[in-house]
Amino acid sequence: MFARGLKRKCVGHEEDVEGALAGLKTVSSYSLQRQSLLDMSLVKLQLCHMLVEPNLCRSVLIANTVRQIQEEMTQDGTWRAVAPQAAERAPLDHLVSTEILCRAAWGQEGAHPAPGLGDGHTQGPVSDLCPVTSAQAPRHLQSSAWEMDGPRENRGSFHKSLDQIFETLETKNPSCMEELFSDVDSPYYDLDTVLTGMMGGARPGPCEGLEGLAPATPGPSSSCKSDLGELDHVVEILVET
Amino acid sequence: MGEDTDTRKINHSFLRDHSYVTEADIISTVEFNHTGELLATGDKGGRVVIFQREPESKNAPHSQGEYDVYSTFQSHEPEFDYLKSLEIEEKINKIKWLPQQNAAHSLLSTNDKTIKLWKITERDKRPEGYNLKDEEGKLKDLSTVTSLQVPVLKPMDLMVEVSPRRIFANGHTYHINSISVNSDCETYMSADDLRINLWHLAITDRSFNIVDIKPANMEDLTEVITASEFHPHHCNLFVYSSSKGSLRLCDMRAAALCDKHSKLFEEPEDPSNRSFFSEIISSVSDVKFSHSGRYMLTRDYLTVKVWDLNMEARPIETYQVHDYLRSKLCSLYENDCIFDKFECAWNGSDSVIMTGAYNNFFRMFDRNTKRDVTLEASRESSKPRAVLKPRRVCVGGKRRRDDISVDSLDFTKKILHTAWHPAENIIAIAATNNLYIFQDKVPGLVRFPERSGVGFVFCVPVSSSDSPAIC
Repeated sequence: MFARGLKRKCVGHEEDVEGALAGLKTVSSYSLQRQSLLDMSLVKLQLCHMLVEPNLCRSVLIANTVRQIQEEMTQDGTWRAVAPQAAERAPLDHLVSTEILCRAAWGQEGAHPAPGLGDGHTQGPVSDLCPVTSAQAPRHLQSSAWEMDGPRENRGSFHKSLDQIFETLETKNPSCMEELFSDVDSPYYDLDTVLTGMMGGARPGPCEGLEGLAPATPGPSSSCKSDLGELDHVVEILVET
Repeated sequence: MGEDTDTRKINHSFLRDHSYVTEADIISTVEFNHTGELLATGDKGGRVVIFQREPESKNAPHSQGEYDVYSTFQSHEPEFDYLKSLEIEEKINKIKWLPQQNAAHSLLSTNDKTIKLWKITERDKRPEGYNLKDEEGKLKDLSTVTSLQVPVLKPMDLMVEVSPRRIFANGHTYHINSISVNSDCETYMSADDLRINLWHLAITDRSFNIVDIKPANMEDLTEVITASEFHPHHCNLFVYSSSKGSLRLCDMRAAALCDKHSKLFEEPEDPSNRSFFSEIISSVSDVKFSHSGRYMLTRDYLTVKVWDLNMEARPIETYQVHDYLRSKLCSLYENDCIFDKFECAWNGSDSVIMTGAYNNFFRMFDRNTKRDVTLEASRESSKPRAVLKPRRVCVGGKRRRDDISVDSLDFTKKILHTAWHPAENIIAIAATNNLYIFQDKVPGLVRFPERSGVGFVFCVPVSSSDSPAIC
């Protein structure tokens, strides 16, 4: 920090600055660690989409951890501050990775989700996790992570997240990283369950669903948007309009 | 040996000391019956293997009976839930023996959704000398029958027959984590993440819900049931543990729905140790009543605790299983090891408690002397008749020979399931797909090493069976 031999002109002031700098470093490294823990937890919740029903205890514990972090970050006032930073850091990576996954998923023929299979729990748990609505975020997080009953509820949340996808892709302007990441992921995960269910009894392991679909022959180079037109049609059937 | 090296190189993700580990062979539960004569194991492939202790031979009075395979059967098959488009695993989560009431043995085995009652019978005689049928079962020509005879029972090779007597299905929406037979021998309970049901052993189409912690709005869910057990003597009392580290003792006489606990056992959080992982490591993975019924044993991620039923405020004893992991919680969270559910066990006299850990280590704590020991279940360290050597994990500082450093622990080798014979010092340890049975050389005595490092008395019995499962 300070080179040795530097005379201390004003002991009090420099000590304060030193202390403050040191404090800042520990604070920023703590908040970095905390952020990475938050990211890790969110990824873990999303990866709960296996062929077998996810472990509810594990999901609850992870969700509680996420809520703790969010509460602390809200108290610190760092909740809003961190999000845009993160968005700057790697929005493109997320866009690319999810787009590829989307493409591979949609590439499968006849992949129309059957009614009643659009389980609520397959929603990206981060679907509503936007800094602006931090108070509501934990609720939605939890509901989507393990909502398992009532096809009506499922259809509702399915529809809702699709709205967000349309919105996001229309604007192509990620306001917050998590929102974009999760929303684009949502339809993929819904399809994931459907497709793996259709794959005639093959039983992939925890992350095999992802790997299994990625190398699939990529469909036509049509954008996600045109494929979503198809999805729109399906949703109409589901909500019986 | 060369083959082994190649397999090791190629399949470093599997266990190191064996070649491929089939996932279906991973043992998922171990349970002695009430006399200790039988030992049942369940695996991920839905199979149950029962071992029987050979009677002590008169020729060698000091050598105790060893366990051989008695019966193997497929308990559960994989199923597909078409409504949710999800698979139902056939993995056996728990096995509980029913107290023996006649010549047959019975046990309950459960996967995530369905409990089955199996009856195990022996047949060692068969009738011979029928009048109308010949030995092959074909009808005799009546003109050849000149006299009548009474069929006699002749001995035959022992045949063990297993049949499913009851199937208790559709009782649970969530995954079943525990079953427990009541001391009344008529009822039993099954617990999933949010509900506990009471069944009668003879009735399969009906069960009573006795605990329901599902919130009206699933968004408010923050706590789940992790384990439950009936009191060994009082048929109205049972306990269930939660993911927040609390225990609730319930009395079925109080109400039909036991949502209000009679007693709540909870230890206040230590503020100095608080971290983002505090809640996760406080989640109770197993709860067991002592044989006396006076105490409860709980296992959370880093400790085992003994609770006195008369004191709700805090446990009376706390033992550190592997406190050196406390500084590694973040990595263990990353690789999901922090969610591992270890079980715990009492010995017959409630004086020693046992639980598993990583690196195929398991730990024993003597409640009276407060001494503890770490032992390893592995092929290398367990030659037949060998005495188990205590192991030590060094955390830096002085390192003795044979010590293992924390960083070289193998977290894929975890001992989640252990069982202790109800009366004798015989323990069964499940290490992934292998079952280890250790017994005490000197009956009735468990010795813990002194500082001089005297070897622990448990030793490995010579296995006389061909089964690859016993080591």
